Amino acid sequence: MPMPQQIYFFATCLVDLMYPRAGLAGMQLIRRAGVEVIYPDNQTCCGQPAFNSGYRDEALAVARAQLGCFARDIPVVVPSGSCAGMIKKHWPELFAGQADESEAVAVAERTFELTEFLVDVLRLELEDLGQPTKIAIHTSCSARREMGVADRIESLVAQLANVEVLTQDRKAECCGFGGTFAVKQGDVSGAMVKDKTDALRATDAAKVISQDCGCLMNIGGAFEKQGDGLGTQHIAEFLWERTNA
Amino acid sequence: MSDNKKHILGRLRSNRLHAAAAPEVYAKSLDWDQERRIAEFTERMQAVRGEVHRLKADQWPDWVKQELPKRELRQVLIGHGPVADTFAAAATDDIALKRYERPIEDWKDTLFDEIDVALTGTLGGLAESGSLVLWPDANEPRLMSLIPPVHIALLRADRLFDNFARLIASENWASRMPTNALLISGPSKTADIEQTLAYGIHGPKTLITLIIE
Amino acid sequence: MSEAHTQTREFHERIDAALHNDQLRQNFRSALTGIMARRAEQFPDDVQLQALREQARMVRANALVKQPQLLEQLEAKLTENGIQVHWAENPEQANQIIYDILHAADAKTVVKGKSMVSEETELNHYLEKRGLTVIESDLGEYIIQLAKEPPSHIVAPAIHKNRREVAGLFKTFHPEIPYTEDIDTLTQSTREILRTRFAHADAGISGVNFAVAETGTLCLVENEGNGRLSTTAPRVHIAITGIEKVVEKLSDVPPLLEILTKSATGQPITTYFNMISRPRQPGELDGPEAVHLVLLDNGRSRIRVDHELLDTLRCIRCGACINHCPVYVQLGGHAYGTVYPGPIGLALEPQRIGIDKVGTLTSACTMCGACGEVCPVKIPLPKLINRLRAEAVNGERSAAPISGRGSLRKSGEAGAWKVWQWLYRHPGLYRLFKLAATRLRFLTPPSLGAWTRYRSAPRPAARSLHELARREGFRHE
Repeated sequence: MPMPQQIYFFATCLVDLMYPRAGLAGMQLIRRAGVEVIYPDNQTCCGQPAFNSGYRDEALAVARAQLGCFARDIPVVVPSGSCAGMIKKHWPELFAGQADESEAVAVAERTFELTEFLVDVLRLELEDLGQPTKIAIHTSCSARREMGVADRIESLVAQLANVEVLTQDRKAECCGFGGTFAVKQGDVSGAMVKDKTDALRATDAAKVISQDCGCLMNIGGAFEKQGDGLGTQHIAEFLWERTNA
Repeated sequence: MSDNKKHILGRLRSNRLHAAAAPEVYAKSLDWDQERRIAEFTERMQAVRGEVHRLKADQWPDWVKQELPKRELRQVLIGHGPVADTFAAAATDDIALKRYERPIEDWKDTLFDEIDVALTGTLGGLAESGSLVLWPDANEPRLMSLIPPVHIALLRADRLFDNFARLIASENWASRMPTNALLISGPSKTADIEQTLAYGIHGPKTLITLIIE
Repeated sequence: MSEAHTQTREFHERIDAALHNDQLRQNFRSALTGIMARRAEQFPDDVQLQALREQARMVRANALVKQPQLLEQLEAKLTENGIQVHWAENPEQANQIIYDILHAADAKTVVKGKSMVSEETELNHYLEKRGLTVIESDLGEYIIQLAKEPPSHIVAPAIHKNRREVAGLFKTFHPEIPYTEDIDTLTQSTREILRTRFAHADAGISGVNFAVAETGTLCLVENEGNGRLSTTAPRVHIAITGIEKVVEKLSDVPPLLEILTKSATGQPITTYFNMISRPRQPGELDGPEAVHLVLLDNGRSRIRVDHELLDTLRCIRCGACINHCPVYVQLGGHAYGTVYPGPIGLALEPQRIGIDKVGTLTSACTMCGACGEVCPVKIPLPKLINRLRAEAVNGERSAAPISGRGSLRKSGEAGAWKVWQWLYRHPGLYRLFKLAATRLRFLTPPSLGAWTRYRSAPRPAARSLHELARREGFRHE
């Protein structure tokens, strides 16, 4: 796809409220590449939490409220694999048979996960200005399987000369977040995030990077609770920090 | 119970599904030559602890005769037909030959408890999966390849096929399925305890394929 | 309503027990790590894997479309071949049919090969209550029969036991054998124990992996040889299978066989592939005099009515979804409390048994998609599980052929989603909410139930992205 002049940034509810610096970094990376970033004021949530809990009417109502925010034919960039996946893969089925189905499908078709957009569309080139460091990458399951963009975060980080990437055991295994799963099956989720944090800690990395804030909230929260010094950071914030002079 | 059938089929017919695209013919084209087929078959078979030996057509009876005492195999089960007859003609007195000639019910205990090794032919082999193909019949019944702890199977090199799909198609199996058709790809094995492989759980612990050229 | 609460409570009790059993979790973790690695080794080329999956999907989808014709063709062909076909709508009928056959044949002892369908019908229990001796002959099945436990995995039924636990069972039930934890020796002992049973059993019962309509052939996949023994040595063989196992043509079998064994256990092929088309013919010296096939519906024809849920029926029972499920590896199979555990269990069991009975299973999924990625017949498992979650809380308007639709709807939860929806549909209100959340973030409760048992409490940022973006001069509209 040719370089767009403008894009919409769909922050997602989690980034907007809990990880705004990750979102801001994503917007700054895109702006620095010469593309105008538009933040629609009325955006809220893609509807995923309700959709995954079986409350499809509620999910549809909230998803529908987003359509007007992203009306023009420009890319919608989402700093989250799971929210991008919700829009791209599940909006078409959620809106099936509805009057605004074609609008929803149109938005889905021009939706990109952030790392996917940075690599495939912007062909972002990065110059590492940071100190040498070791990191581990945790790719969210939705980025890996639903969106199929697991290699984009890897290729972005590979451009950073001073960053060594360490690989965790069972890297494709879910961290146990799963949205409401973490509440409904709290103890199973706890056991899963314990295994995930153990695997990440064993890599000797200084920091864990991911393209999804849900995973980061889960993994980072567990590190904190375990009293571990290991930090977590969204890929956008990590890239911006290391490349912004 | 014919009501059951009517009800089940009735429910299935109540919902006409759209015709799916017809399956493509499973045509993984390998087109290996015989030497390659032998190599692939051997590698696969050995990977699951199957023994493979290449012998000339006139060598194999002697090979078997020499091998049996080395492995302390005395009671040899044979069937009828060319493999059995050739071996019977060549066998010496130290080998106790037993022919499978009565219904199993008449000598079950002997078969289960006394036979050391069975010698059979095969219909052919599959290179890609390392499989022997058997169509057991009145001459070489089904239990020959299953009950004795050792099974020696003769495989004609020119009867090695690339894979199962090829064999089914080229020999037109669909029109002439036998009572029982078997693919045997190694000695009997299990991994039911700790996913650890152990051989000889119910069938032969040793499977020896003699590729006859 | 109370039934729904009970199943949820009981599920959580079983989960709690599993999570506190470190040995069990270690057994699963180590076994499944090995199986996943072996499966991956079988598919070095992703392009070929995807082509094979598509092939297998089409074979199964085609068979489901033509299912009624194929079942009739199968029956006709089997009958012509001398194999008797019986139809059962439910487990009771299937068990009764099998008992009647055994009774008529004056059979007292039965050896069984592995069959998950017979677990559905609890056949062993039924026959034992009527005085028959039933011996499971698959090593894993034999182990759990000794332990009086159901299978914890559909392919590896005793996967939850380690060698010490197996050795302990043998010590209890076979004190005549010297105690050993050596797997080879345990395997040899089982061979000796079961051999006499095989030699003297009156009847054999097995499952079926594929039933070929074109030729009237029952196909069985196995490694041990117990399946061949059960179907060859006794004078009667009874096969039991679900009606979805029928495939159209013999040429459909090779791709299914290849992807089944590679997906299930990471083997290019199993030791034995056993194709049975007839009972013993005149002049033949072994094989059963009589062969029967029992075709069990047990909810399958009902599932087929729904164009989305129908995909569940493509399953070839390889267990790959189970092996790759990050929840299953934590819990093991028994925690699910159903015949089929793991992702396929989440999708199938609520449809088969009812959402009011086991719908709460669908909560045991993070939607990570690992199951759907490895499924050899491309069943969209996460999508089916999501659909069932919707049926569970909002089924009253649906026509889905599932009992207990809507039975897991709780007014508190439903109300919370209504409020959520109302808030997120009104951007002005949402902004007010964010303002409160950011400015009053010091009020965030430090304890949030299960979440904070394992993690620190999340806290809203001081300023939302909405505010930061404005401050940084981004265009907003």
